Order: sequence, then C-alpha cells, then structure tokens
Amino acid sequence: MAEYKVKFEVFEGPLDLLLYLIKKEEVDIYEVNLTRLAEQFIEYIETMRLLDLEIAGEFLVMAATLMYIKSRELLPVEQRAEVEGEEDGDDPRWELIRQLVEYKKFKDAACQLQALESRQADVFARVPAKLEFEREAALPRPDVSIFDLVNAVNVVLKRFNKREDLRDIFEDKWTVSEKIEYLVRMIGERSILKFSELFEGVTSRTEVVVTFLALLELIRLKQLTAVQREPFAEIEICRAEPVLVPALAASPSAETDSSDTQSLST
Amino acid sequence: MELKYILEALLFSAQKPLSTKELRDIFAAAPEHAEGDETARGLKKVKESELESTLEQLSKEHAEANRSYRLVCVAGSWQFVTQPDYAPWLKALVGHKIRPPRLSQPSLETLAIIAYRQPITRAEIEQVRGVAVDGVMQTLLERGLVEQVGRAEVVGRPMTYGTTSAFLEYFGLRSLEDLPAADELRRIVVQKPEALMTADPGLATVPPEQLSLPGEQKSAESNSPAPDTAPPAPA
Repeated sequence: MAEYKVKFEVFEGPLDLLLYLIKKEEVDIYEVNLTRLAEQFIEYIETMRLLDLEIAGEFLVMAATLMYIKSRELLPVEQRAEVEGEEDGDDPRWELIRQLVEYKKFKDAACQLQALESRQADVFARVPAKLEFEREAALPRPDVSIFDLVNAVNVVLKRFNKREDLRDIFEDKWTVSEKIEYLVRMIGERSILKFSELFEGVTSRTEVVVTFLALLELIRLKQLTAVQREPFAEIEICRAEPVLVPALAASPSAETDSSDTQSLST
Repeated sequence: MELKYILEALLFSAQKPLSTKELRDIFAAAPEHAEGDETARGLKKVKESELESTLEQLSKEHAEANRSYRLVCVAGSWQFVTQPDYAPWLKALVGHKIRPPRLSQPSLETLAIIAYRQPITRAEIEQVRGVAVDGVMQTLLERGLVEQVGRAEVVGRPMTYGTTSAFLEYFGLRSLEDLPAADELRRIVVQKPEALMTADPGLATVPPEQLSLPGEQKSAESNSPAPDTAPPAPA
C-alpha cells in the first residue's frame, strides 16, 4: 500500500460520513450504489483504525447494516430468506435511504439556521436612552413586612385551594434555585414587577410556594426589595438599590432553610 | 391621528420590544393621560388582532420605503432593528454585540431537529442524527435555547424537549411558523420510489445449479445479470 497521509475529516456520525461519500460520488441519494458505499464506508473505518482514532459504536452498527444489505443483494430475490415480520416497508435499503434523506434535510435546515444566526449578529435593535419621568421618580415606600408578603402569597394560594386527597407522586418540577434565576431574569427585563405578576404562570401550590421561597431568598440576599406605594396598593418587587437597602424581611432564612437555598447562600 | 402612527411612536420610544398585549394595555391606559381626547378614548378598547394587523401594515410600509431599519416582530414582540448591511458602521459606533459563541454544526443540527419536531425525546433526536446527543443537548439546555417541555407517554416516560423564546430571539424569528421551510420539515414525507434500485446492479447473479431449489430454474434465469437496468424489487 502506498504510503500517504490523508487529511482526515471528522465526521459527526455514520450518517454524516455516508452523506459525504454520496456527495463525493455525485449521485442522488435515491440512486446511490449501496454496495460501493459499503466498501468505501468500511475503508474509512479502516483508515480511522490506522490513525488510532476511536471508532464510535454507531459507526460499527452502520458498517454492520451496510454489510447486511450487501449480503442480501448477493442472493437472488427468490432465494432471500424471509425475515420474520419483515414487510416491504422494512427493506433495510429503503430504511437507510429514508434516514439519509431525512438527515440531509435537517443538515440543510441547520445551514439555514446558521445563516440566520450570523445575520442576527449584524442586526441592531433600537434601544433609546432611559428617560427619567415623573412616574419613575415617585419614591416608593419601602415598608413591606414579612407578614404583608405572607398575606399576599396567601391570596395567590387561594387560587389553588382545592386540596387533592389522592394524587400521583411525581418528581418536583420546580426548584428554588431555578425560580431564583427566573425572578432575576424577570426583574432584569421589567425592573418593577407586581407581586401578582410573579405568580401569573404558576400551575400548582408547590410552584407558588417555591416561587415565594425564591422571592424571600432574593430579598434576604438584598437583591430585590418589596415596596408598597400606598396603603393597600399591590406589593411591587423591584431591584434593591445598593444604597437604599431597606432593613425589611429581617430573617426569612428560617423559612427558606432548605438545602437549595443553603447551597446558594454559600 | 392614525393608529399605525401611534404604534410607530410607541415602538420608537419603547425601552424594550413590546408585545401586542403590552401595547393593548398602553391603549387602555392612555385616556387617563389625555383629557377629553377623542382618539385616545376611541382607541381605549382596541383589539390585539387590530394592533397586529396594523403593525404588519406598518412593517410593510417601512420595508417598501427601503429605509435602513425595519419594524420586526421577534418572539411575539415588536421592535425597530437596523438592516444587517449597516453592521460595520454600527459596530464602530456601539461595538460588537455581546453574543455567546456561534453554535457548532452538531448543535445547529440538533437544534434544527428539535425546532421542527418538538416536542421530541432524546432518543428520537438520536434516531435522526444517528449519533448520541448528550453533550450537545447539555450545551443547548445551558444556553437556554431548548427546554424540557413534558414527558412522552411511552415506556419509561422520557422527557420531551422544545425550543424556548430565547431560541426565537437568537435567530430573530417571529414564531416557530417563521422557521424556513417549516411545513416541509415538520413532517418529512420521503416518497418511496416505484422500483427500488438494488445495492449493486448486476450483483444478483444466477445461483449455481446445486443451490437452486427444484422448480425454480425459470425464475432464476430471468434474474441473470442486467447491468443497465435495475433488477426487480424484492417481493
């Protein structure tokens, strides 16, 4: 064998390699010669072995499939063993071609996404400077106590008042740390949130409780602050001013003392 | 005053992209700020659908006027953005956008499959791609482009995944309907050709005498090498 070095392309998987081989042949996927393809495919695997590349199991499975297809072709139609349960639709050749066509379409779609991605990097949104208006200037009265908050969350919990005696037990979908991230994101977008808005999308009691714990934790960490503009107005949540840190919610840590928040506060 | 110009003014000065719902709330609140203004009162109860169609109209007008910016809807919210052609100057002005590194080819492929086929399980994605997607999924989940959306009602109840609104924002898409060739890719129907070509035309040769089953001589002959024509499809 001639001594030459091949610059080896790294293929994502066996389908990727097959598509590459088909492209090299310059034929339509539907008209590809699977036997030739099988040979070339195995050649590649040999090369990979020579180069000491780790061959993923998927490549071996594909090689086996190709060999099976090739071996089937060696027999005339009449002599082929009828594989049990195999119907016309299960023809291994067809199955492979179908898979290749489908994969190719998604590869093309990925290219289109890539084009959109680079286009988006060049699109600039209009972001006007934040103007100070009267409405913003009104100083909120930062005197919401933990009891006010508990009262408010009780109102929200009433939405889910129906207690279920029997229910499926499933993994908790929500964690305090996830909800903390969610709240931080929300406040980053809106800067002021109504208390009720925090619970707009919740679907269960547990989620209300978890969201509430996240809120308490953020207040304790002085990330957020709860304010009430006037008596009986709805409680609003906004980012805590570093200077104006209100001494509210003295120690909700007792309530939030779960393993989740522990790990966060360290 | 026309509705579309009010919308234009709102989006022109908005701090962030606005959804039709948010715009509707603004119209509902506007009469408070305009004593006796007929237009403001008249538009108090404007419907979201009307806002939507007016915005479409406005967006079209901007496109036709061929200005350097467009009114676009990304992930359901409307905003003004510049055309990509002006990027060099804008980059000099405001610097490069802070964007996470470009997605790798495997990530894009996986993302494309999820985008078109959601909700989809990991196993289904792997079936299309032919390789394991664990690492890639991790990246996509970490970047918030996909999320768990539920569980498939099959054995083991595996998680299903879908794209997030961050996905739409990242690619500047209005909705999932806005994906290129959405209908075609959502359910790819691959037409099976009439006669399947064989793996290697002419490979299926007449079996040696002793291998033929009695009474099969005739059909075996019809199966002799035919290099130019595709041998018959399997039964």
